[in-house]
Amino acid sequence: MRSPAVPPKVARAAIFLLCLAPFLRLVWDAANGDLTANPIEDLTLRTGWWTLTFVMVTLAVTPVRRVTGWNRVVQYRRMFGLFAFFYACLHVSVYFGLDQLLSFDYILEDIVERPYITVGFSAWVLMIPLALTSTKGWIRRLGRRWQRLHRLVYATAVLGVLHFLWLVKADVREPLIFATVLTGLFLLRLPVFRRRRAPSRPPPAARVRPAVAAGSDRIAAGDSSRGRLAS
Amino acid sequence: MLIKRPSDIPFSEVTPEELYLNRRQFIKQAAGVAVGAGGVSLGAACDAKAEQASQDKLTSYEDITTYNNFYEFGTGKEDPSRNAGRLRTKPWTVTVDGHVRKPGTYDLDDLLSGLTTVDRIYRMRCVEAWSMVIPWEGVPLRDLLAKVEPTPSARYVAFTTLYDPEQMPGQRRSVLEWPYVEGLRLDEAMHPLTLIATGIYNRPLPNQNGAPLRLVVPWKYGFKGIKSIVRISLVERQPPTTWNIAAPREYGFYANVNPEVDHPRWSQARERRIGELRMRPTLPFNGYAEQVASLYAGMDLRRYF
Repeated sequence: MRSPAVPPKVARAAIFLLCLAPFLRLVWDAANGDLTANPIEDLTLRTGWWTLTFVMVTLAVTPVRRVTGWNRVVQYRRMFGLFAFFYACLHVSVYFGLDQLLSFDYILEDIVERPYITVGFSAWVLMIPLALTSTKGWIRRLGRRWQRLHRLVYATAVLGVLHFLWLVKADVREPLIFATVLTGLFLLRLPVFRRRRAPSRPPPAARVRPAVAAGSDRIAAGDSSRGRLAS
Repeated sequence: MLIKRPSDIPFSEVTPEELYLNRRQFIKQAAGVAVGAGGVSLGAACDAKAEQASQDKLTSYEDITTYNNFYEFGTGKEDPSRNAGRLRTKPWTVTVDGHVRKPGTYDLDDLLSGLTTVDRIYRMRCVEAWSMVIPWEGVPLRDLLAKVEPTPSARYVAFTTLYDPEQMPGQRRSVLEWPYVEGLRLDEAMHPLTLIATGIYNRPLPNQNGAPLRLVVPWKYGFKGIKSIVRISLVERQPPTTWNIAAPREYGFYANVNPEVDHPRWSQARERRIGELRMRPTLPFNGYAEQVASLYAGMDLRRYF
């Protein structure tokens, strides 16, 4: 475990800004009228794209840690996950608020009758409990169940990619790239790719603690060997 | 005379939109021609509804020319305006073949010479549920067909777009089966609303909009409007069409705008006019029902979608 070249707080702020950059770009383009001739469609596509990207980034944390041994990356997983949720909420808000102008009859009809919307909406709904339970308090309270609950992110990812794949007319290149990346991220979770560097295995009672530490600076190198749950 | 202006007309000489609209207003009053819904005077069609449609606000030149589906130049909406510059539209030949008395490969100017150019303001409804109002310029397809003289065995018209991956980079990937093909029943092709467009806003058709000549069938979804046509064939049997080949459950041969028949994945009941926030209800046959519904009398439009 190498020490970071920059102070953790600076690194955290930098990563936060990096995650926010796509949003700032959207605001900038909106202010300059650069959202194509069909701004609502452009906003929808771009927020959707960033949602999927951040879901992938979040899911990449565990493989990256396993393959590279760079444990500190785990500190940022919660931020990545919450940004995924942030972009998903923007995406859904654009659809509810701007596209459908909050006409719930149409929204309901869409969710019930249009498979790709059903799937996309489900992906977003599944993210809600994950975002709500992302605080330290909830992590502590839920214990091992927290990790189990947060496996829902896998379903969100699959449904999100399916949503994208289903809505395009003919050019499936981009959704297939997402599908490929996701498949890769799943494969990297196979035991084959797990580093055999487990130090002393902590007693079961301590199993909750690494999750508490996720997102904080307290994560210890020894915890990395057990990231198999909910990661 | 078709080519009213040379293509190198300076931008400053192009009529500003307001003047253009005024001019249209003037022509309309002077000649009593109904522009808008029908685009042409079609007897009973010149009613209040047509009048209302003529007041549809024109979509801006910029939006019409930067928001395009023309997969030959890329699948993004702004790809065509970025990539279509490399298409050479002069010289341009169109091969006319099949059941016609005067087949041959015509230079575009020869093919269109002697035909009267008309202005038509049409709504365009895309299958993706957005729409525009576009001031086209062109010749009625029926006039063009009359010139090459279809024989009685001709029942359909088949169109083909240029195939040249050098000029059309989108064709390097097999997103669709290239070249793009489309077709109409002969009576649809002969309908007075069916246009071969060569310009918009009194300017030559930009490449991304299908230069130098494209089909415009205002009561059908936009994808029927095949662009950059190089072949027109008069045939006996219903010709294959590109989107129908790509996804037959989703895109039929007829592709008439129909709010009652949903696309399998999304509703067709409403549309967003480019430049507007609120969606509006989609009209049967895109609002041209009075002129064209009789073409489909007795047909099950759910089956022949």
